[in-house]
Amino acid sequence: MLITCPYCGPRDVIEFTYQGDGNRERPEPASQNFEAWNAYVYDRLNPAGDHNEIWQHSGGCRAHLRVMRNTLTHEISSVAFVRGDHASPARGRAEDKP
Amino acid sequence: MSPRRTDTGGRIDRLKTIRFTFDGVAYTGHGGDTLASALLANGVTLFGRSFKYHRPRGLLSAGVEEPNALVTVLKGEVREPNIPATMIEIHDGLVAVSQNRFPSLAWDVNAVNQLGGKILSAGFYYKTFMGPVIGPLKGTRFWMFCEHFIRRAAGLGSAGSAKDPARYERMNAFCDVLVVGSGPAGLMAAKTAADQGARVVLADLEPRLGGSANWSGETIDGAPAADWVRRTVAQLEARDNVRLLPRTTVWGYYDSNTLAALERVSDHKAQPAKGEPRHRYWAIRAGSVVLATGAFERPLVFPGNDRPGVMLAHAAQRYANEFGVLPGQRVVLFTNNDSAYRSALALKQAGAAIVAIVDVRPQPSAEMSALAGEAGAELLSGHAVVATEGGKALSGLKVQRFDMVAGGLSGDARSIHTDCLLISGGWSPTIHLASQAGAKAEWNAGRQAFLPPKPTQKWIGAGAFTGSFSTLEAIAEGSASGLAAAGGTGTPAALPAFEAVPGDPDPAPVFEIRAKGKSFVDFQHDVTAEDVRLAHREGFVSVEHLKRYTTLGMATDQGKSSNIPGLAIMAEALGKPIPDVGTTRFRPPFAPVSIGSLAAERFGDLKPERLTPMHDWHLANGATMYSAGLWYRPMIYGLSGETVEQAYVREAKATRESAGIVDVSTLGKIAVQGPDAAAFLDRVYTNMFSTLAVGKARYGLMLREDGFAFDDGTTWRLGEQDFLMTTTTANAGKVMQHLEYFLDVIWPDLKVHVTSVTDEWAGAAIGGPKARQILAACVTGTHVDNATLPFMGIVHGEISGVPVMICRLSFSGEMAFEVYCGAGHGTHVWEALVEAGKPFGLVTYGLEALGTMRIEKGHVTGAEIDGRTTARDLHLDWMLSKKKPFIGSAMMDREGLVAAERLELVGLIALDNRPLNGGAHIVEEVDEANPHGSIGHITACCYSPALGRHIALALVKGGKARHGTRAHVSDPLRNRFGPVEIVSNHFYDPEGTRMHG
Ligand SMILES: [Zn+2]
Repeated sequence: MLITCPYCGPRDVIEFTYQGDGNRERPEPASQNFEAWNAYVYDRLNPAGDHNEIWQHSGGCRAHLRVMRNTLTHEISSVAFVRGDHASPARGRAEDKP
Repeated sequence: MSPRRTDTGGRIDRLKTIRFTFDGVAYTGHGGDTLASALLANGVTLFGRSFKYHRPRGLLSAGVEEPNALVTVLKGEVREPNIPATMIEIHDGLVAVSQNRFPSLAWDVNAVNQLGGKILSAGFYYKTFMGPVIGPLKGTRFWMFCEHFIRRAAGLGSAGSAKDPARYERMNAFCDVLVVGSGPAGLMAAKTAADQGARVVLADLEPRLGGSANWSGETIDGAPAADWVRRTVAQLEARDNVRLLPRTTVWGYYDSNTLAALERVSDHKAQPAKGEPRHRYWAIRAGSVVLATGAFERPLVFPGNDRPGVMLAHAAQRYANEFGVLPGQRVVLFTNNDSAYRSALALKQAGAAIVAIVDVRPQPSAEMSALAGEAGAELLSGHAVVATEGGKALSGLKVQRFDMVAGGLSGDARSIHTDCLLISGGWSPTIHLASQAGAKAEWNAGRQAFLPPKPTQKWIGAGAFTGSFSTLEAIAEGSASGLAAAGGTGTPAALPAFEAVPGDPDPAPVFEIRAKGKSFVDFQHDVTAEDVRLAHREGFVSVEHLKRYTTLGMATDQGKSSNIPGLAIMAEALGKPIPDVGTTRFRPPFAPVSIGSLAAERFGDLKPERLTPMHDWHLANGATMYSAGLWYRPMIYGLSGETVEQAYVREAKATRESAGIVDVSTLGKIAVQGPDAAAFLDRVYTNMFSTLAVGKARYGLMLREDGFAFDDGTTWRLGEQDFLMTTTTANAGKVMQHLEYFLDVIWPDLKVHVTSVTDEWAGAAIGGPKARQILAACVTGTHVDNATLPFMGIVHGEISGVPVMICRLSFSGEMAFEVYCGAGHGTHVWEALVEAGKPFGLVTYGLEALGTMRIEKGHVTGAEIDGRTTARDLHLDWMLSKKKPFIGSAMMDREGLVAAERLELVGLIALDNRPLNGGAHIVEEVDEANPHGSIGHITACCYSPALGRHIALALVKGGKARHGTRAHVSDPLRNRFGPVEIVSNHFYDPEGTRMHG
């Protein structure tokens, strides 16, 4: 499996660490909504098909990426920085790519 | 000249003689021979004994699908079992032995298993090894005793125990087009794609590229097909955008068009060339793939179909045309399709007599009748073979009239004298890689075969793989697929001239002739047609269950020849059409893969080692090193004659009496910097950090999101926006990732940078009543008195000219200081500290003494923060701030996490004065004969020099409520039972007067 890091380019999956389901929504820190906390910590979608996932390029630039991966085929339809302000790198290797 | 070798013909080098041994007998063969062809040429018919019944077996095939002729190759002390003789190229000095026979191949005592055929039927293992549930042998060891012998008798070759000295390699390759299979289709594809300028890799599992063109006897471009192959291969070899990989089995098709292949680089050589590995594992990332993997011929299922001398028709043709070997002199063919007629003619031309062609079909075509006539064979249409005769070689067979629609036999059996029966039950495209790559195969009623699924990845099929069995189609499809795979912008070169040969690719739908006797479906696992029916009668209707119950298709050949016949018999038993029964999905590997190739150069102790800046000093000064994760740390600095316990007791004692110094460079260190650094730490830690003054440190605890304890350590405020966080050695990486996740994903608005600086700093902890005096003696630029450097205070100064940062904090419970300096100066500063300590009796101490002093103080480490404990369990609830939310705060008060019966941290003192063991259980009442009733377990233990007792930390139900009570350790594994007293985890100086000094 190859993940195309927006900063580093296409890299082998061994460079990445899976950081979980990207659909989780963390309640506000002070929230007392226990159901919401429970859902955030434990509930997972586990779809057979496209899945919104978070991967860290831990063996590279260490950015967290939002990866849309098909759990049946491993096909990756999109990769983007999780952090909005990284979305279009001002400089870096992604620009060198055709 | 050997008895079966033809005078001319074949792709072997008759001028080259190669010597080898099989079962201790010396033989010769020629260059280009396989072990199978060379032995066959020498008249050897018996190659092995079958799996369960020890029946004599010969060659069924000439290729990778061979189920019978598995041998063990010996190289020095190393033995490699279960290699098909058809896949071994002979070389001088090759030593091969047969398998699964005792005491010898020709005379096997276990062949008596044949007589008791019923007891070894389907599901035998499951039925037997469950053991009797009733009767006199119930619950006895008798069945385990039997199992030992049955398992020994039923099996394949045995693996050796000698270390494999061979070298293996791993290669990554990238190409535009990977072509798998180098028959006419694959060669055309490679050539066409290469002409388009694509980077092409062409892999074939055979040593000789060309596939069926090497033995088909056809004519391509006006030349023998084999010559056309050589010309085309030479053209490809000359191009620098083509890489040819003969002897390379592409065995796995993974996502993103990543394929795995095994190249057997030097197995065929007496000695590998200098630097040459034995095998090379290829990870190939291909833009697109052309699958031109051909098809496997299927055997027919009838009584005695496993006798040596019964062979697949195309295999015999291949032995004759490619290797110049005749598998027999008087040949009979038994077929349900047209392809075998061509094999008959080939053998006739090579010098054999074709006695008869037995065809299950009532009316073969006029062209086939003509071919039979040309081969000089009697054509027995509407007939079937119902029995074979002979022992270690075929001597004859019986045929009977056969009605292929009703499946019935009629008339008298007629005997035919023959030494070679060639069978053909149609062809199954080799769709394994396509199946691995994704979708389900589709049944084609005409071909009576599963054809490749629609591509789910970027591959294109060509030739027999797609069910197009003629060479004419292979050439056209190969060219088209090569063009498409390469992007297909140009025009392909004209196709080579090829004259079509007659023949219907569709076989008759006949898989089995039902008559009396054992009819084998899976030769390698000795599964008969009756076994399949028995499994059905016992209720196994799913093809997956059938496979597991009968072990059909689960041998090393993975049912390459048996899958479809087995499925057909199952379908008939179920009364369903074959596609409704379904086929199993193929999984990697396509063929056995050497484990060595997967490990490649990554074997032995290849872990990276992390060494602290003072590592060499420790070694030079008598330290015994200890691996902690990837780190190496001093365990003790033993004096001569000292035991480990004596050493750590001395070190700990001296530290508490005067002073000790320990290397703490391995602690995880993370710089947390930025305008929001303090706010971030407030969210990460359970306690408050924004209130921490610059120049002070604080002990912090982190929880996971689910409310369990995660890690602890001190964090130092070096500036308003500049913190140095320390983590436990083991969790340094995890904590870093944790922080990065929250900053990147959860709180991207926080302006904080985290940087791992573990390797930037060398650290030494110096503690004991004399520690301050030692520092005063060597530190310049700052005072170290209580006013300047109070508990948890930080100062900057110099030691021996090197800038240092000193924080007064204590893990040992003594007045102690952590001294940090740039990693490059670590040894220099360490030596200065040791030198300054000499007049004060300073000792160096290792992990054992460190652990002893922390147990005496009751501090927790990873042994207690084990992922199952909460802050409360560890009596760290005083650190849970109520003023702010933090990671884990919402989840930490859940019902189960605050229950009274949770395991809590306590101290234990052995009342029998004997050492305790980590992991031992704690019980209220000891019962050595029937250990039960655990109320907890020991996490860490030592002999405490401070207390003069054997003590331990433990997690025990009820915890504090049990202080002052008695319990017992119960450790049946190490036979350690004995009374303990449960006490507070703070054994030593609980008020902390020593460290506050
Ligand atoms: Zn990256």
